[in-house]
Amino acid sequence: MFETKTASLDDYTKGGIEVIDDDPKHYAFSNMYEVANASKPYESVVVAMNRQYTLEILRAEGESEWRTAPHDEFALVMGGEVTIRLVKLDNPRSHHDPGDSGSRRIDGEPSGEPMGTIKAKKGHMALLPADSAYQFQTDEPGVILIQTIKGPDSIERWADICITTV
Amino acid sequence: MTTLEETPTVLATEQNEQGYREFSLGELHFRRDEYFVYITWPTGSHVMSADAFLRALQRDVAWEFFYGIVNFDGVIGTVNHYGTVDLFAGRYNDSYRKAELDHVENFPTPQIKATFEEMLDDWTNETFDPFAAPRETGSAFGVKNGENRKAITRHRVKAARMVSCTGDEQIRSDETGHPVNEHFVDISQDEPEIIAEPGFEDEVKAFSLFAYLSRSDVTWNPSVVSVCKDSLFCPTTEEYILPIIHGNDRVEWFVQLSDEIHWDVADRETGALRAKVVMRAGDVAAMPANIRHQGYARKRSMLLVWENADPDIPELIATGQTPTYPADF
Repeated sequence: MFETKTASLDDYTKGGIEVIDDDPKHYAFSNMYEVANASKPYESVVVAMNRQYTLEILRAEGESEWRTAPHDEFALVMGGEVTIRLVKLDNPRSHHDPGDSGSRRIDGEPSGEPMGTIKAKKGHMALLPADSAYQFQTDEPGVILIQTIKGPDSIERWADICITTV
Repeated sequence: MTTLEETPTVLATEQNEQGYREFSLGELHFRRDEYFVYITWPTGSHVMSADAFLRALQRDVAWEFFYGIVNFDGVIGTVNHYGTVDLFAGRYNDSYRKAELDHVENFPTPQIKATFEEMLDDWTNETFDPFAAPRETGSAFGVKNGENRKAITRHRVKAARMVSCTGDEQIRSDETGHPVNEHFVDISQDEPEIIAEPGFEDEVKAFSLFAYLSRSDVTWNPSVVSVCKDSLFCPTTEEYILPIIHGNDRVEWFVQLSDEIHWDVADRETGALRAKVVMRAGDVAAMPANIRHQGYARKRSMLLVWENADPDIPELIATGQTPTYPADF
């Protein structure tokens, strides 16, 4: 009988790098639970970046602001139980300039038709459709991994989150 | 006007004494017997165990030569130029390079693909599944013994938007022929609770990635589950050894979703060891664009491979417009 080892905010064991002939910073090695433990609720910390594309970690705690992006994003819940509310925006272009990428904050409640809700647990992945508004809510702290494009609120703090020496 | 695509010519012999056909691509020749595969080229020769060769060949065929270099081992492999493919012997081996005994030939992708597919088909016996972990498959060895076409031509998942979306790749179940793997019987099979308002059923979508991966019937086979322009989530389940040594032509990212994988990281050009990386659940790490890597997993684990499929990246890196590592800090 095998036991699958996942991790959580309270229980993770970070791996590491044994350098033979390289700079450990080239691997940008971090742990998402360690990042979330050091984050404020719902700030978007970039843990992986490939040119304009990013993977961002959110510490899910309480209710998030509403956000929207002009392209699909995806939320992979990696801890906790998260409710995602979706609204079809009446005027999505009012939140973006042409050619924008990444998500933007919406002030207050979004104007549009409710699309539905998703209740997601660890390992569940949800579509955050382009031109919709989305909001996360959780009763207990959790972790969400977002597949997106770097935006104005994406936070890069590589030196704080990555292994820099071995 | 209708045009017919030219069918690539596969150069192969009749069956040899062990029942296997022999194949040629340019000046490279491939032969197998009960235990081994023999590769020859004008300046050298090489031998691989048949099971290791077939596992590597299976990935190269299924991935359509993937991103960058697929090293079958330290001598043989392919480089994807996205339209053509280099087949090499010793090109990324320091000793062969210094001795000037390495050999490279370039082929149109359809030609090498057709040859590799026929080789894989002819050399895979009915007892062997090259996608499976060793505990899940019978032997690759012996004289020619039937075929396992069902295993080697599995559907490759390539979601257009996200698995479970309308008209896209669908979730796995017992009914689709994907039972939960023995190593993942403790993974919850609960799906997200979705309440879609009328008219938004195609937009309010979610699925359990963990349950989906727990039902994967292949190892070391990244498959697309979600797409944000060129950003591709390619999760995979890993057990035993990555059958190829992947040489990157762009930065590639790993997110360890469960369990543990050990990676050997070496110089892309020479194979000189540069680092060893151990990844556990929740870890995130980049594989730089100038390395090759091979992974080891005792227990079947869930690994999220994240790729940027932008076709311009290899040129941007080659010309120094994009660094080989992900971030400066």
